[in-house]
Amino acid sequence: MTDSPVTAACKIRAAQQDLPAKLQLCGVRKRFGRNDVLRGVDLTVPAGKSLVVIGGSGTGKSVMIKCILGLIAPDEGSILVDGEETVNIDGKARSRMMSRFGMLFQGAALFDSLKVWENVAFGLIHGRHVEKEQARQTALEKIRAVGLKEEVGDLFPAELSGGMQKRVGLARAIAANPEIIFFDEPTTGLDPIMADVINGLIVDCVTDLGATALSITHDMASARKIADYVAMIHEGHIIWHGPIADLDNSGSAYVEQFIHGRAEGPIAVNK
Amino acid sequence: MKNKILVSFQDFVRSPMGQKTQAATEIGWEYVLDSCQAIGRTMLAFFAAVGRLTVFILQSVWYSLLPPYYARHIFRQFIDIGYYSLPVVGMTALFTGMVLALQSYTGFTRFNAESAIAGVVVLSVTRELSPVLAGLMVAGRVGAAIAAEIGTMRVTEQIDALKTLSVNPFQYLIAPRLIAGTLMLPILVLIGDIIGVFGGYAVAIYALDFSPGSYLSQTWDILESIDVVSGLIKAAAFGLLVSMMGCYHGYNSGRGAQGVGQATTNAVVSASILILIFNYILTQIFFS
Ligand SMILES: Nc1ncnc2c1ncn2[C@@H]1O[C@H](COP(=O)(O)OP(=O)(O)OP(=O)(O)O)[C@@H](O)[C@H]1O
Ligand SMILES: [Mg+2]
Repeated sequence: MTDSPVTAACKIRAAQQDLPAKLQLCGVRKRFGRNDVLRGVDLTVPAGKSLVVIGGSGTGKSVMIKCILGLIAPDEGSILVDGEETVNIDGKARSRMMSRFGMLFQGAALFDSLKVWENVAFGLIHGRHVEKEQARQTALEKIRAVGLKEEVGDLFPAELSGGMQKRVGLARAIAANPEIIFFDEPTTGLDPIMADVINGLIVDCVTDLGATALSITHDMASARKIADYVAMIHEGHIIWHGPIADLDNSGSAYVEQFIHGRAEGPIAVNK
Repeated sequence: MKNKILVSFQDFVRSPMGQKTQAATEIGWEYVLDSCQAIGRTMLAFFAAVGRLTVFILQSVWYSLLPPYYARHIFRQFIDIGYYSLPVVGMTALFTGMVLALQSYTGFTRFNAESAIAGVVVLSVTRELSPVLAGLMVAGRVGAAIAAEIGTMRVTEQIDALKTLSVNPFQYLIAPRLIAGTLMLPILVLIGDIIGVFGGYAVAIYALDFSPGSYLSQTWDILESIDVVSGLIKAAAFGLLVSMMGCYHGYNSGRGAQGVGQATTNAVVSASILILIFNYILTQIFFS
């Protein structure tokens, strides 16, 4: 099958990057009715690196991740994973693509009819057909890794606090050692110490397991710890991106305002 | 366009006599155009909804037939949909059979036709009342529960989470419910048939002084297998309808608690109405 012009252009763009691109987004647009959320997002995530996306609340960060995962179909644009077009794939191809991804949802999205360990083992048992007892052991190991006691595994999600649920969601996202992991606000709702544990875990996933990570966070301390690269989204575009070391002298008034949390600046609070 | 109408309406009200006709025609045209647009929009939304429902039905049937089958989930739905509906369906059938005997007695004694009561009870129960009333009861109990559960999963992103874990929500969530609905309702209705006929029998014997032997023989004489079988086939269709509507409205639930509430209401109402419509169609097919 020949590539569409959009895909072809995006492939050229991915090839021009300094580092091999694991994920390449070109001109991704998404609108909901009158709400024009993504207005042409271009983003590269280098293989084996951790990219953090920052940006105001409601700027479409979660929508962007869902577009990459194929949970929301973008209106336009190209999304390449290892140079392979993923927009409009479905069925087996989509399922195969999904098995390379891990996702921590902003609201944890745990299955409330299943126990905590079954949640964590879910992808292993159903997606990868790992044997149940072995999956349980892996799940308990991941539950410990996110700083929870093993006994928590036999509780139901509704019996956990918000921060605990978030950590279970994280354990579920990394349980199958995916190649590409998406973290939607991994440290929101956690105390500073636990947040640091989780940051460490994300760094381990990238450095030890060689995963590529795309995280969203509002927590600048967390961003500084886990990011190799930072991108800032505003009004549907990526307005700045660069290595984490450049964050403090980005030269962008938007980034300055955001990282210092000032109410005054180019980003209008009441749109 | 709304603004324009408003403006021309104000012109119309304020204008001196001479301008009246021109303003009036403008209002007329605007109004026609506006209503055409509204009708067109409604039609488009209607066809879009029909298309969405059709695609959903095809997808869910297709994935119900394809492996993997989640046996444990199917079994759990058997219990949820079948076993736990037994009390409701049993009570409905019992009192329906009882009241049928009572009502037909008060009517039929006027024509000295008491011997027809057993037949009226057994035919009404097996052909119509047991399947329809069980269907409606299950629509309220199970249809609502399915819509609320799947709707909540949609709203809390659990359905998205299923997809990211390479599990097809149609196979994992929807197929077990459709299978259980279709298989369990005939069993419920069969039990309802027996209880309903028993209810009529009990009233006839204990309240109306019929002789047990002749009541039973009249029942057996008139009953044919098509009466029961048609009722069971209806039941299977209603079971499929109820779970399909629950799944469809839940799966397409709007956002937030309000969306889930709306989905639940829609599931129950649409399932109930479809049951009545399909009951007519199936009766037409079986008995004409
Ligand atoms: N399924 C949807 N249907 C309609 N609108 C949506 C949908 N999902 C998101 N939106 C809209 O898209 C916009 C961006 O939402 P998104 O959740 O991506 O924000 P965000 O950047 O993740 O914000 P936050 O930091 O608060 O999580 C919002 O205005 C939201 O109302
Ligand atoms: Mg978000």
